[in-house]
Amino acid sequence: MSTYTYPRYSCPPLRDAGARHPVVVVGGGMVGLTAALDLARRGQPVVLLDDDDTVSAGSRAICISKRSLEIYSRLGIGQRLLAKGVTWNTGKVFFRDRLVYEFNLLPEPGHEFPAFVNLQQYYLEQWLVEACAETGLVDVRWKHRVTGAENRADSVTLTIETPREKYTLTADWLLACDGAHSVVRESLALPFVGKVFRDRFLIADIVMHVDLPAERRFWFAPTFHAGGSALMHRQADDVWRLDFQLGWDADPEAERDPERVAARVRAMLGPRNKFELEWVSVYTFRCRRLEKFRHGRTFFLGDAAHQVSPFGARGGNGGTQDADNLAWKLDAVLRGTAPQSLLDSYDAERIPAADENILHSTRSTDFITPKNDAARAYRDAVLQLAARYDFARPLVNSGRLSRPAVLRNTPLNTPDDAPWTGGLPPGTPAIDAPLRRDGTDDWLLRHLHGFSLLSFGDTPASIPGIHTVHVSPQPAPGALHDYAGLASSRYDAKPGTAILLRPDQHVAARWRGFDPAAIMTAWKTALGIP
Amino acid sequence: MKDLDTSPRLDDPDALYEALVDAHRDLDAEASRRLDARLILLLANHIGSVAVVREAIAAARAAAEE
Repeated sequence: MSTYTYPRYSCPPLRDAGARHPVVVVGGGMVGLTAALDLARRGQPVVLLDDDDTVSAGSRAICISKRSLEIYSRLGIGQRLLAKGVTWNTGKVFFRDRLVYEFNLLPEPGHEFPAFVNLQQYYLEQWLVEACAETGLVDVRWKHRVTGAENRADSVTLTIETPREKYTLTADWLLACDGAHSVVRESLALPFVGKVFRDRFLIADIVMHVDLPAERRFWFAPTFHAGGSALMHRQADDVWRLDFQLGWDADPEAERDPERVAARVRAMLGPRNKFELEWVSVYTFRCRRLEKFRHGRTFFLGDAAHQVSPFGARGGNGGTQDADNLAWKLDAVLRGTAPQSLLDSYDAERIPAADENILHSTRSTDFITPKNDAARAYRDAVLQLAARYDFARPLVNSGRLSRPAVLRNTPLNTPDDAPWTGGLPPGTPAIDAPLRRDGTDDWLLRHLHGFSLLSFGDTPASIPGIHTVHVSPQPAPGALHDYAGLASSRYDAKPGTAILLRPDQHVAARWRGFDPAAIMTAWKTALGIP
Repeated sequence: MKDLDTSPRLDDPDALYEALVDAHRDLDAEASRRLDARLILLLANHIGSVAVVREAIAAARAAAEE
């Protein structure tokens, strides 16, 4: 019995063989759908091609980070994810059978979204499909499999196969979101190099009705799974993600055998807990990326561009931030408000972010899978010391959980022209804060779309063409009342402070006083206008 | 502390040597390695600087090459 019924989408009849479209997305997974929805929300028509006729097979990327939730909130499905997902803040780490370390990810109150919610990827994808349909701008073509891509000077030509026919399409811009085995990447013969990890892991999603807290539990070398690590994490619908490290020599076929999986689960949970297996997968992984994510008219997003280990929830969340980063830029170029060179900043911003994710997930993997006896001695030493001494706890690495990328060295930032003691330097994603609008509770991030100027103080600053968000210490008509003072403290704002935010809610520039000429210059810089 | 200090600093060198050797008494090779790992982590935290520990690693490796 399954807790989820997969939708079956119909393959649309072909009407436009040989046509040319401004934007084509290849891959209807979470990243492709997110990119398509973001573009459609900005008014751009998108053709999306997917080789399947349904959503993610299996729960896959279950941990949705706060930043991703904020991005999905901007796209209109944040509350739906929050309501269905399992909110969690606590992580526990065990060595052998002893709790050595417990962490709390809840940074502080006063945010609309928690650090993480867990939700099966198929829900996210289904709701993205529905949201795309509501825009009326996304032409999703299920069972339209891309078999080749050819980059030209001002377009990309795709060859496509449906169950009935073959055809070609031309795209002004192509977004390759077709995953780790990207056909687009292979067609363009781009090397995808990195590190292979000689280890295998078993995922077992089980349905279990049990009253356990929603927390992440990670075991190093527990007695129920000698020698390996294990993970337990709650999802929606009483589904639990269990993950067992198997070692490189494990036989993937044998390990998928339901009886064998059930025996592992019983060893973990004890004989009394009743459960059903919902999904089983044996996987290995690599950490690697393309040298560049932009190749002429083609962009690579998500796993098509970079791959990480699953420890740290950096795959799905990283891909979501790729889409968030590229959509507004492509929209600005399509509208003619920015030069095409703005699109090069996708590489400048998302390659360092991918490297950060690869670094963290590689380090986590090296901790979880020690490569030699010395590494294992250090790993076990850290875990033994962590049970007794605070200093060793930050050394325990069961996955450094996804944090939003700070775009430090991007040409789109305008550096501070005055000293700041805190707040958010250029490149940082905006932080949420509770506010009131005309007496009603509200959140700051809900008001940031398009280029926004956060203006603090009694009198709002205003620039033609830029959406002003007035944050006032007093209730005032049309203003966001910073009744708790959290917006001011989080942004290190004083009366007169102005902060320019990009359409992806990253800080572009900030000032202590209102200087319209400086704001216009920073706005042009953020759009890549020379 | 900025750099690894390799000048003689120990208040009682003979006692230090004795303490290290004593600590490994009755331990097999595996247990010794694990004890050293815990010891190094404790001392590294006391030093409090990855840069200094990196210098010490380089110095330790170089000393074996002579």
